[in-house]
Amino acid sequence: MLRAEKVPTLRRARLKPGLFQGRPWLAWGLVSLGALLLVAPLYFTFVFASHARSEIFNSPPPLWFGLNAWQNLALLQERLPFWRNLGMSLYVAGMSTALNLMLCAMAGYGFAVYEFRGKRTLFAIVLGSMMLPSFLNMIPSFMVMDALGWIDEPRALYVPAAASALGIFMMRQYIGSAIPRDLLDAARMDGCGEFRIFWSVVLPLLKPALGTLGLITFIASWNNFVAPLVVMRSVENYTLPLALRSMQAPNNTEWGALMMGSAIAMLPLLIVYFFSARRLVAGLTSGAVRG
Amino acid sequence: MKPRRPDRRALAPYLFIAPFFLLFAVFGLFPLLFSIYLSLHQWNPAEGLHTMQWVGVENYLFALSDPWFHDSLYNTLWFALVAGVPQHLVALPLAFFIHQRVRRGRNLLVGAYFVPYITSSVAIALIFSTLYSRDYGLINAALAEATRIPFLGSPLAALQAAGLPDWLGDAEFTKPAVAFVIFWRFLGWNLVLYLSALQVIDKDLYEAATLDGAGSWQQFRHITLPLLKPMMFFAVTLTIIGSLQLFEEPFILVDLEKGVSQSVMTSAIFMYRLAFSDGDFGTASALSWILFFIIAALTWLNARLFGREAQGNQHAAR
Repeated sequence: MLRAEKVPTLRRARLKPGLFQGRPWLAWGLVSLGALLLVAPLYFTFVFASHARSEIFNSPPPLWFGLNAWQNLALLQERLPFWRNLGMSLYVAGMSTALNLMLCAMAGYGFAVYEFRGKRTLFAIVLGSMMLPSFLNMIPSFMVMDALGWIDEPRALYVPAAASALGIFMMRQYIGSAIPRDLLDAARMDGCGEFRIFWSVVLPLLKPALGTLGLITFIASWNNFVAPLVVMRSVENYTLPLALRSMQAPNNTEWGALMMGSAIAMLPLLIVYFFSARRLVAGLTSGAVRG
Repeated sequence: MKPRRPDRRALAPYLFIAPFFLLFAVFGLFPLLFSIYLSLHQWNPAEGLHTMQWVGVENYLFALSDPWFHDSLYNTLWFALVAGVPQHLVALPLAFFIHQRVRRGRNLLVGAYFVPYITSSVAIALIFSTLYSRDYGLINAALAEATRIPFLGSPLAALQAAGLPDWLGDAEFTKPAVAFVIFWRFLGWNLVLYLSALQVIDKDLYEAATLDGAGSWQQFRHITLPLLKPMMFFAVTLTIIGSLQLFEEPFILVDLEKGVSQSVMTSAIFMYRLAFSDGDFGTASALSWILFFIIAALTWLNARLFGREAQGNQHAAR
């Protein structure tokens, strides 16, 4: 809660003007320059993707798009089962997203709508599981996957992550504020079963929150590097990040082709991000802002 | 038999939350407990788990006395400071400026700062590998170009005579180079956290301060900073937890086979190598618990140091 009395009374006397006072262009310039610097490496991924390796390391280096994009793509396909890797990434991210939408909505609904014994403790476990550092699980979960015979199987990537704690938290918040209880009672009066209410009354109303959660889950799975690094073995089953890294050799790395691969891996997310940045950012910070 | 409504309703919430707890039990809780068990044993992974032998805390003692572990811990803390602190020193004033001054194009600006956060760490590491390349990645090419500028160029020319830096191949430069990538990647995340906290500060406070003749700096110092404390506590906690798990950026940027990789070997990378290169899962598990307790201790320390007021507030408590 914001407390007004904490703000000290400020003197009337004219105080020293700040560095940027009367020079707003200076601050503006700095801030815009910063934004450009932040985006520049991504821009150069796309520029380099259209140049041959020798051109990339020319002096001066290429600052604009070249003519080598097709050769890079061909080289990429020659060195990697690239489209299969792309398909694997899509499959894993798609499964992970579908499962998370379903299971997080269910659990969030359970926590938001019902009163039951052990509710507080169980929800504390959900939140607590978010705090566990991921490396703690790396070794034992590898051994669990091994015992299940899931090594090199895509399900080893999407099943363990099928119900994220952040997702449950987000859905609980949203359902708590957006679903009127009267609606649920009315459905019960009509003789709807509990799951039926969830499925045909509540779920359609959750679209905005599901959209945000879907984006977050898809991006996290698409970019995930550590989980596939631990469980995936054969190049055909690599997801994109893993496949791209495997192309990096001590010498003779085909940088042009590699940049092409990176650009293709980045492009779908950049497009989605362009259209939904605000929602995405709001969703990602939701855990931080409202507790 | 008639279905008994009340019973079904009492059961329903448990069924709704069951999938999460089932998955958590199998892929979260069990591995966690299993990891404690593993950390107290030694075995030969090639021969299977039946060769497992109880060794007590030996793995912990072994890990704690390993000089490589000390180095890795030093590297990890070094990254937490050098890559972590500037994130907040830049993000906070930046968020303040954007919040106060930027109306048009704000989404575009914030979007640009945030985009590295949603980009694949592998793609990021690969592009930086080319930019950092010695002969001639973009950065060194720009340095070489800058030597032609009069005045400014001459000290740089001396530098060039000594050879342009091999950013990812020379232990002296590798750490700062990797730290910059981490700073670059997470700046936008912190910016967004601070912006979201700024948006809930009462605007009247600023108006009152303006009437009192306070400039932006005074407003920042006396209104914004105190009210942002809870979020600062939260964001710094996230940075601590994240930094101490640092794995991907140094792992991909610097080839493990190269000698310099030792200068950026974080504790998480060391743990990975122990397990998956050396096959010593027992010591690696012990190491992961040691690291966990270090994170817990630092988080606690952070809470003691400047979270005390923050804790009373809503934001940080979650």
